[in-house]
Amino acid sequence: MNTRRHLALAFALLLLAGTAEAAQISDLVQTNTWEQARRFFTLSDQSVRNALLGSLLLGISCGLLGSFVVVRKIALVGDALSHAVLPGVALGFLWNMSKDPVAIFIGATAAGLLGTAVVGWITRTTRLKEDAALGLVLATFFAVGICMLTMIQRLPTGNKSGIEKFLFGQAAALDSGDIQLMTITTVVTLILVMLFYKELLITSFDPEFARSVGLPIRILQELLMLLLAFAVVIALQAVGVVLVSAMLITPAAAAYLLTDRMHRMLILAAVFGMLSGALGSFLSFLGNNLPTGPFMVLGASTVFATAFFFAPRHGVIPRWWRLRSRVRRISRENTLKFIYHVLEGRGFDGEGVSLEELAERSRCTVDEARLLVQHLADHRLATLDRDRGGLLLMPEGWRVASSVVRNHRLWELYLTNMAAYSPDHVHEDAEKIEHVLGEQTIRDLERRLKFPDRDPHGKPIPNVREITSRDAAPTPGPQSGYRGRN
Amino acid sequence: MTETVKGAEIPLEVHDLTVAYHRRPVLYGIDLAIPAGNLVGIVGPNGAGKSTLIKAIMGVVPVSGGWIKIFGQPFRKNLTRVGYVPQRESVDWDFPVNVMDVVLMGRYGRLGLCRRPGREDKEIARACLEKVHMLPYADRQIANLSGGQQQRVFLARALAQESDLYLMDEPFAGVDAATETAIIALLQELKERGKTILVVHHDLPTARSYFDMLLLINMRLVAFGPTEQVFTQELLQSTYGGRLTILSDVAQQVGA
Repeated sequence: MNTRRHLALAFALLLLAGTAEAAQISDLVQTNTWEQARRFFTLSDQSVRNALLGSLLLGISCGLLGSFVVVRKIALVGDALSHAVLPGVALGFLWNMSKDPVAIFIGATAAGLLGTAVVGWITRTTRLKEDAALGLVLATFFAVGICMLTMIQRLPTGNKSGIEKFLFGQAAALDSGDIQLMTITTVVTLILVMLFYKELLITSFDPEFARSVGLPIRILQELLMLLLAFAVVIALQAVGVVLVSAMLITPAAAAYLLTDRMHRMLILAAVFGMLSGALGSFLSFLGNNLPTGPFMVLGASTVFATAFFFAPRHGVIPRWWRLRSRVRRISRENTLKFIYHVLEGRGFDGEGVSLEELAERSRCTVDEARLLVQHLADHRLATLDRDRGGLLLMPEGWRVASSVVRNHRLWELYLTNMAAYSPDHVHEDAEKIEHVLGEQTIRDLERRLKFPDRDPHGKPIPNVREITSRDAAPTPGPQSGYRGRN
Repeated sequence: MTETVKGAEIPLEVHDLTVAYHRRPVLYGIDLAIPAGNLVGIVGPNGAGKSTLIKAIMGVVPVSGGWIKIFGQPFRKNLTRVGYVPQRESVDWDFPVNVMDVVLMGRYGRLGLCRRPGREDKEIARACLEKVHMLPYADRQIANLSGGQQQRVFLARALAQESDLYLMDEPFAGVDAATETAIIALLQELKERGKTILVVHHDLPTARSYFDMLLLINMRLVAFGPTEQVFTQELLQSTYGGRLTILSDVAQQVGA
C-alpha cells in the first residue's frame, strides 16, 4: 500500500514540478561540489544557516516525540497525523495567499489534530479497529490536501513559491520567519517534555496504573498528540509530508536499540534526529535541486542501520559475536576434555597426547585435530611439543579440562541420584550442561551430593581445587603433579 | 481511639454497582462493605467480572450505576489510600525502564504533577524492593526478569504507594512456587499491619487457605463472608454457574 501511495505521489509531484519555479539558493550560483561544500561549512550564506538550524531544531522535536511514539507502539498514528496535515497547509496558504509560517502552522496543526480526532471517532462509533481507521483517514486527508495544492498551483494570483516544497521538503526554502517559529515550538516541546517527563513515562508504560494514581491521562494523551502535531508541522517544510513520519520513528528506533532507559533514549533520539537533519540538509545542498526530505530520512536510516548491526546489546553483529565466542569456547573445552580422557585412560602416565590420539578420541582427522590444538595454543591452554611426546596441557588448560570433566560427571550424578534419570540417559544432557554450570551451582551440587568422588558410571570426579592448588606449587608442570592421580 | 477511627472508616464500600461494556452489563447490582484488616479473595469463573470489579473501584473503567466509597470518600478524594497491582500482561515488558524506575512509579500519585521523585522516594522504593527480595535487581531492565520477578516488581511498586487498601489483579498468575510463597507472606504481613487487601484469584484449592474472607462473584455478588462460611459446595456451585449443574445432570442421564 505504501509503495502505491508513493508512486501516485511522485506522479502528482511531477505535475507540480512542471509549474513550479523554485527559489533555491543553489539555482542562483551554479558551482562545483567542493565550492558548495565550502559554502555549507563556512555558514556564510543566510539560507545555509537557516537550513542547518531548521534541520537541527526539527531533529530535536522529532527525536523527543518520536521516542514516545515508538515506546507506545503508535507509529501508524504518527504516519496518519503527518499525512493529515496537508489540507491544513493549503488552507493556511489560502488564508492570505502567501507562505505565512504562522497561518500554515495553525492550519496544519488543526488539520492534524482533526485527523486523529476522526480516527478516534470512527473507532468509537463503528466496529472498525484503529488500523483501518488510520489508513482511511490518512488517505482521505492526504488526497484532499493534494487536490487543494494542485488548485493553488493553478491560481492566477498570489506568491506560490515554496508551497510545493511541502511534499518532499526543502530545507533551503526555510526563511527566518520559519526558523523563529521552529525555535519557539522546539523550546516549548523541550520544556513540556522535561516538565511532564514523569507523567508521560508512566502513561506510556502503564496507563491503567497512571489513572489509578489519579493522573489526568486523557489530558496527557492530548498533550502528547498536540506536541506530536507540532513536531510534524515544523518538520514539514524541510522534510515533506511524505517522509516526515520517518523522522519521528527512525531516530527513536535507533535509540531504542541502544539503551534500556527512557531518558537516555530521549537524548539519543534527539541527537540522532539532529545528525540526520544536518546530514540531509548538507547533501541536499551539495546536489543542486535535490529535495531535503529523502536525504534526511536516508541519514536517519543510516544511523538506524548502524545501531541495528552494532548496538552493543541488541545489535545483530555483537549478538552474533557473542554466539560465536561461546561456540568456540565450547569447542576448546571439548578438546581439553578429550585430552583429559586420553590421559585418564592411561592412568595419567606418560606426558604428551599425540595428535593421532586426540583425533581418534574426538572422531576427526589428524589435520582437524591440529587445528583444534592450534586453537588451544592461541589461548595458551596447551602446547605442542614434539620432544616431549606431543600435546602438553598448560596450567590453565589443566584447570579448564578438569573443571569440564568434573561438571559433566557431577551433573550425571545429580540427574541419576536426585532427578531419578537412569544412568544411560544422562550423558547427552551433561554434554550441554557441562559448559554452562557456574561456580555457585557447582558448590551447591557438591554439597547436595555430599562431595562425591565417583560418577554414576564409576569414573572419578576430578577435584579441581586440588589440581589447581598443585599448579601453584613452586615447580609446576604436567609431569610433576598429575601423574598417578588414580 | 484508633478503634473508633477504624470503626468509622470502612475501607471499601460499594453500593448497587453496575458496569457495562458496550451496553452489555458485566457486573450488576454489587453491594459490598469490606471490613478493615482483612485479606479478601475475589473468586469466580472466567468472565465473571473479577478484574472489572477492581478496575471499576480504581476508576480505570467507567461505572454505569451505583457508587463506590473508599474510607468514606469518593475514590478521587482518597487516591493515595489505595494501592493497585494490575495484571502482569497489561504492560509491555520491553519498555525502556529498569526495576527501580517501575517501583518509583508507585510514588507518582503522592508526588503530584511535575515533581520528580527525590531521595526519600528512592529510599522508600529500595525498602520496598528489599521486602520482595528484588533489591539486587534494581538496575536490571525489566525484560530480563522472570515472570515471578516481574510480579514482585509490581508488588514492590504497590508497596511504595504506602496505601491502606490494596487491590491486586491476579498476582499469583503464572508465578513460580517461591514467588507465590513470598507474595502470600507479604500479604499476611500487610494484613497484620491493619491493611485491607483484595486479591483476584483463580485457583479454588489455594483460595481456601490463603484468604480470611471470600467474595464469590459471577456477574452478580453470590456471597461474601468469612472463608469457612462461604467456601461451601452449594455456594461455589452457584458461583460457577448453571454450566456445572447442567453438566452433572447430563452426566447422570448418560450414566442412567
